[in-house]
Amino acid sequence: MSIVNLTMTENRTVPVVFEENVAVKMRSQAVSLFYDKVEALKEVTLPILANRITAIIGPSGCGKSSYLRLFNRMNDLIWNAKVKGQVYLDEEALYDPKIDVVELRKRVGMVFQKPNPFPMSVFDNVAYGPRLHGAKEMGGLSEIVERCLRQAALWEEVKDKLKGSAFALSGGQQQRLCIARVLAVGPEVILLDEPCSALDPASTMRIEDLMQELKVNYTLAIVTHNMQQAGRASDYTAYLLMGELIEFGPTKSLFTYPRDKRTEDYLTGRWG
Amino acid sequence: MSPTAGKLEGRHFRSRNATQTAAFIFLGACVLLILVPVIYIIVYTIVNGAGAISWDFLTQLPKQRGLQGGIFSAIVGSFYLMVGVVVFALPVGIMAAIYLHEYARQGPLVRLINLSIVNLAGVPSIVYGLFGLSFFVLMLKMGSSLLAASLTLSCMALPVVVTASREALATVPNSYREGSLALGASRWQTIVRVVLPQAWPGILTGLVLAVSRAAGETAPILITGTAFTAILPTSLFDQFNALPYHLYVVATQIPNMPKSTQWGITLVLLVMVLLFNLTAIILRIRLRAQRKKWGL
Repeated sequence: MSIVNLTMTENRTVPVVFEENVAVKMRSQAVSLFYDKVEALKEVTLPILANRITAIIGPSGCGKSSYLRLFNRMNDLIWNAKVKGQVYLDEEALYDPKIDVVELRKRVGMVFQKPNPFPMSVFDNVAYGPRLHGAKEMGGLSEIVERCLRQAALWEEVKDKLKGSAFALSGGQQQRLCIARVLAVGPEVILLDEPCSALDPASTMRIEDLMQELKVNYTLAIVTHNMQQAGRASDYTAYLLMGELIEFGPTKSLFTYPRDKRTEDYLTGRWG
Repeated sequence: MSPTAGKLEGRHFRSRNATQTAAFIFLGACVLLILVPVIYIIVYTIVNGAGAISWDFLTQLPKQRGLQGGIFSAIVGSFYLMVGVVVFALPVGIMAAIYLHEYARQGPLVRLINLSIVNLAGVPSIVYGLFGLSFFVLMLKMGSSLLAASLTLSCMALPVVVTASREALATVPNSYREGSLALGASRWQTIVRVVLPQAWPGILTGLVLAVSRAAGETAPILITGTAFTAILPTSLFDQFNALPYHLYVVATQIPNMPKSTQWGITLVLLVMVLLFNLTAIILRIRLRAQRKKWGL
């Protein structure tokens, strides 16, 4: 274990306990996000550690989804969004004009709040990414699809209906299909934006188990408004409040000994 | 009778009931009012025109200023016009709609452009005709030709095609676009692979409406390319005959023209537009069936 001093807003410096020998896969450096004049994020500095699950929690409207979308530049789609500060992937600055957003999104995949499979067959959904990036039908496309569906723990349930509509699957299956679809592109980081909020508890458990399997090979960041989920499924947790990073640390210590009064209030259900 | 009986009998029940009945009758009458002229036109056309229809009428070129022979040159001309409108207006209309809805930064300027396009759909057809005459025929030196007339009608059809396409694109959920972009697809790949397949039925509907209207127009083609001729056009720069124009000349310029011939031409025009509609409707049903298969 090593202790690193992390500078927060208001020039507070907060000591954070990290495991040693764990690489920082992505990080944001004093990043602020504006919608027109409204400041949705205030100089958030945060590391996302490689092969760990980082949970971002906070009340609705605290900017946690906006924050997650900085890591694959999905905020680019919003006309009036403006970013200050910098985000890094393997120490490469993402908000540099030279960055190819398409290349970035191949390396940093995203799973959305509501399962959003395309109106295509199960197979075509998973094959969508590889086909975009030049995989040929003959060149092992079906192997890629099978491998990704297996990785997403969905293969056994859909192997007989690959040609059937993705919409015929249940919500939980659809969300795992979306995860398989992301895996097929071969990402290094997977961002999950409240992936379980539209799912029943059983499907939620399956996704959480899946996340534990995936972190062996991938780096994961999950936004959730469900504190129990963050407590169960993540290694590190960041607490955002009104666009401000309040606290960050290993999930266990943050949940057991929150250092900030505001974190404690939120965790015990007394915030606001 | 129990003491609570009668509580549900409102005091205004009777008058409310009467108002309701009156409204139903009135609304029903409005529907009838719309249907009567349409049915009358169709029935009248069939009754008066059916007698003129024969194999020769459809396949022979007109002789003696239309008094003898058939209307083949007019049918061919109208067919070419409809093809021309589809060929010119569909791609340009879809591309413009894609730019306006998918690429352009949504703001006052785009709103103004959209509004102008909607308003363009209401411009009288003769205005398009005059524009075609001065721009295509004279300025671009196309002369009075099939090309100039097709382009003029395409300009007239464009606002409807663009507006319908834009609305069709707007019905495609944003989550599809986000999902595709997040997988590293470019905007264009996203549009071609995910958005357009969903928007086709709506785009087709707009196209059918626009082409049907264009097929029946006389004024714009009158001054940009038609001639009362029995010669089939052999190139895009030839003059041509078309059903509405042929009908106009036959009905106003040729004395002793049998009424049945005039109604026969009308019937053929109606059937042609109907056939085109039918093709598009079948295409749409097939697209819908495909979407149903995906559970949409």
